[in-house]
Amino acid sequence: MNRTIFLPVAFAAVLATGAASAETLRWANDGDVLTLDPYAHTESFTASFLHHIYEPLMRRDADLKFEPALATSWELVEPTRARFTLREGVTFQNGNPFTADDVVASVERLIHPDARARGNLSSVASAEKVDDLTVDLVLKEPSPLLLNDLSGVYIMDKEWMEEHDALLPGNTSTGAVTYASDHANGTGPFMLDSRTPDAKTVLKANPDWWDEPQHNIDTIEFTPIGSDATRVAALLSGEVDVITPAPLQDTQRLEAADGVEVLQNPSLRTIMLGLNHGDDELDAAPGTGVNPTKDVRVREALWRAIDMDAIVAKVMRGKARVAALMIAPPITGYVAEDDVKPAFDPQKAKDLLAEAGFGDGFTMGLDCPNDRYVNDEEICLAIASMWKAIGVDVKLTAQTKGNHFPKVDKGETDAYMIGWATLPAMDGYSPLRAMLATRDGDMGGNNPNGYSNPRMDELAVASGSEIDEEKRLAMISEAMRIARDDIAFIPLHQQPLSWAASDNVELIQFPDNYFRAWHYKVN
Amino acid sequence: MIGFIVRRLAQALVVMAAIALISFLMFRYVGDPVAVMAREDASVTERQELREKLGLDRPVVVQFVDFIGRVVQGDLGISYRNQRPVADLIKERLPATLELVMMATLLSLAIGIPLGVITAVNRTGWLPTLVQSVSLVGISVPTFVTGIMLILVFAVTLRWLPSFGRGDTVQIGWWTTGLLTISGLKALILPSLTLALYQMTLIMRLVRAEMIEVLSSDYVRFARARGLPARMIHYKLALKNALMPVITITGMQIGGLIAFAVVTETVFQWPGLGLLFIQAVSFADVPVMAAYLLLVGLLFVVLNALVDIAYLVLDPRLRTRAS
Amino acid sequence: MSERGQQTGLGRAFVRSPKALISATGALVLIAAAYLAPFIAPHTPFELGSFSLMDSELPPAFLPGGDPRFLLGTDMQGRDVFSAILFGTRISLTVGIAAVLFSAAVGTLIGLLAGFRGGLVDAVLMRVADVILSFPTILIALLISGVARTLFPLATSGTAAILVLIFAISINEWTQYARTVRGQTLVEKGLDYVQAARISGVGESAILRRHILPNVLSPVIVIATINLALAVLAEATLSFLGVGMPPTSPSLGTLIRIGNENLFSGIWWVVVFPAAALVLLVLCVNLFGDWLRDALNPRLD
Repeated sequence: MNRTIFLPVAFAAVLATGAASAETLRWANDGDVLTLDPYAHTESFTASFLHHIYEPLMRRDADLKFEPALATSWELVEPTRARFTLREGVTFQNGNPFTADDVVASVERLIHPDARARGNLSSVASAEKVDDLTVDLVLKEPSPLLLNDLSGVYIMDKEWMEEHDALLPGNTSTGAVTYASDHANGTGPFMLDSRTPDAKTVLKANPDWWDEPQHNIDTIEFTPIGSDATRVAALLSGEVDVITPAPLQDTQRLEAADGVEVLQNPSLRTIMLGLNHGDDELDAAPGTGVNPTKDVRVREALWRAIDMDAIVAKVMRGKARVAALMIAPPITGYVAEDDVKPAFDPQKAKDLLAEAGFGDGFTMGLDCPNDRYVNDEEICLAIASMWKAIGVDVKLTAQTKGNHFPKVDKGETDAYMIGWATLPAMDGYSPLRAMLATRDGDMGGNNPNGYSNPRMDELAVASGSEIDEEKRLAMISEAMRIARDDIAFIPLHQQPLSWAASDNVELIQFPDNYFRAWHYKVN
Repeated sequence: MIGFIVRRLAQALVVMAAIALISFLMFRYVGDPVAVMAREDASVTERQELREKLGLDRPVVVQFVDFIGRVVQGDLGISYRNQRPVADLIKERLPATLELVMMATLLSLAIGIPLGVITAVNRTGWLPTLVQSVSLVGISVPTFVTGIMLILVFAVTLRWLPSFGRGDTVQIGWWTTGLLTISGLKALILPSLTLALYQMTLIMRLVRAEMIEVLSSDYVRFARARGLPARMIHYKLALKNALMPVITITGMQIGGLIAFAVVTETVFQWPGLGLLFIQAVSFADVPVMAAYLLLVGLLFVVLNALVDIAYLVLDPRLRTRAS
Repeated sequence: MSERGQQTGLGRAFVRSPKALISATGALVLIAAAYLAPFIAPHTPFELGSFSLMDSELPPAFLPGGDPRFLLGTDMQGRDVFSAILFGTRISLTVGIAAVLFSAAVGTLIGLLAGFRGGLVDAVLMRVADVILSFPTILIALLISGVARTLFPLATSGTAAILVLIFAISINEWTQYARTVRGQTLVEKGLDYVQAARISGVGESAILRRHILPNVLSPVIVIATINLALAVLAEATLSFLGVGMPPTSPSLGTLIRIGNENLFSGIWWVVVFPAAALVLLVLCVNLFGDWLRDALNPRLD
């Protein structure tokens, strides 16, 4: 599959452009916005929604490159000091002017120990005001991903926080709640009009937005609809204009409906299977005293036994992109030449098992969520069946994410499904640090099953503070290559983004699955 | 009689304490909030910090005592999911669920009672047979299937009624009501019908059974013999006597309806307590789950106690026995 | 009426009632088909490796594009829908029947004890029933299966999931039997012949077994029949909510849940046939229970 498919695809408008004013966009998503407090959550959908109200210092443009937002320029004055020049004449939605004080107060609020999202800016030690429109960020160590991190840090208004006693983030354990969790005041293209959690949140266009509006939307009416069938029904009955996501299996029905269009593109999220590298025996086969998956030949056999083309064609309705690397093409560190996987070959797989001494097969567990990724349960069922065909007896468990991920984290699984999108950084350092480095307090937070390769650990440490972008990318690419050759994980595919909308709405779908209504039009 | 009420209330308190303990202990095992709350690529240290911050590293007993201590003071804690006070969340959702349950109850009474009388009075013929058979199909179809079928027919195909949500609501104090707007009333029809279907059948069958019994009793025969008009015998004499158990069952079933609303609310995206609960389950949001169970338990206990007391007030024979 | 007389009366009434005949026959056919599934099902849909993605989403054999190997078509994984329904019905029925037997046994025993002993035993048992009654079946089952999954990581595999479901459904249902049996026991206990037996020194357990138990059985049987329908529905609802049977050994509820996700996709046969099977099963059991209730006419609490 070629790369161009990842470029945002503009949605063709069928109807002629109507009046440019008083347009309403009715949008239904499968989950609600968790909170309006930008530092009190770690969920990318909530971040995407809040981006309409709040803005970062630099944002991603239509091609997902950085472009100036609240900061107009930036430079490294020292390896651990970055200087930002702020945009002049920007006001918050309550009329307060935007200044360096707001940036300092926001950064301090985010890196406060009580802030749920403080890990998103872990490289920053403090923020210092230089003058009204200049701010310095002091770093703990040189950080190549500072801009990536900052693009997810929304700036709040200091005076507003002071006025409403919201300078500190909320704290679940002390019971401190903050005004900011159900009120909002940013600099963004839309402002909060009303919110009833789980029912409806209404945004109005911000008439004083600093940027030239490309959209013609006056009102966004947002409704969460959790049930797939009901969400599709709401679009088909004309009660909403856009649904995110649109279930893959309903694509045909939606495309056949009058005035409905479906948008599908590969996302950044790579779905993969984690494997058991560390235990002396498999969790699903206690008493056997042997862990076949420690042997790379067994891991290769498992990979070769999976018919990805069939899974993509049948389970993913042709809408996923088969992967051999743990990161998707748009992510920095991706090298197309390396993205080649061992071919599907059940006979070779059986031979490999025999070579490794497991010609009679063995028993292992496979754990999957059933409500986290696109058709997660169905993919696992298909894989279990394919592994069975080479003699591996699979104990399949599919359960809700609240039970699945703790089990994975405790290392109680043999093979498990996990998806990785590297958001908000969109950089290959994220899986390197979290999934491939040996687990200790800081690194390997998502490497629960004992994968360990000294070269990988070196690369993780070195690339974390390498400022030379070329060298850094080389390190990440090397790490991804090693992961593929070691078969640390079995990458499956990049799952698709799937939205559906009535055809009078012009949408752009971004690979990071962010909804950016300031690029959209209602005709 | 006052002694009976006091004793009944004391029992209710004990029952509540047991409910609190059970629900709390159970939630310790239903998923791990840290795994859902932490950033995707959080380090081990980061997760451990979060666990400590939530107080999840303490022994379960300490956590329970802490929890009860706060609940007694009226503090239900903070939701893990969106860091808002659980009491606020419940206050926001309660009107939606109560209006749904109330409408479902009214519907089931308004349709169930007449059907019950008709089928009891005319025990043969095509109409009662039809009603009986349809009612059996009614309790044999699972709620989730009924809901989706109604959406397909009335929202997608006919486009008469909305497929989700409450429509426009009006705020009266902290109570939001959908009963005062056209769109609110329209939005109420499908979910309340779905929820009412089972209840309706139950009431119909109960009324029928009671009516048949009452109709064969001596005083009805006597009334017939005296030549009272059939309509008067059926609706004034017999129905009045048959209604007592109906009221009891309806009262006791309200709690069940609130629980069953979990399914209905999921299908229709009805922003009530059931939806809140299901979301809390998938997020392992312990404070919300515990509060919900306490509330449902409280409703059950109160309704049970009220029914007992109502019996006492209404039925003099029981009154003498109790005292 | 003597015991024997009551039985032949019931038998005669059964033969004369078309409702009873039809529902009982329907239920028996479904039960037989379900338990004979390993012999009559053309495929073994839950055996991993026995089906192929390449056969997925074939329409029923009698429609254009259908494959004669698959009478009612195939699902998204290429499994035979007809075989899946047979095996699924077996699981649904097993859960339902076991839950009913378990809760009826426990409930009857507790009801007898509470009614016969009275006093503290009665008060404690009935308050326990209150606590349990204040948790609706669905909630309690949601919680129990959640707890079981965490405590026993393998609880999500077929057999363990069945046990969890049986327990989760019975824990709420026994209270109904207990209350009814207790009421009936209270009445019987006061009757002259029981008093007489007591005075003449007959042991407590003998009185319970010989005199009281036979008299409380008919309401128990009626409740059990109705509850079988309820238990099958409860299992379906739990599986629909995703906490019931796993997709590797699906019950009717699991099949409907998976099919429901494909409601708009055009492959209607994966949801319509399992749903029809479920409704038919529950309907037959309900009809039979209805007839039994009229025929036995017990006082139900």
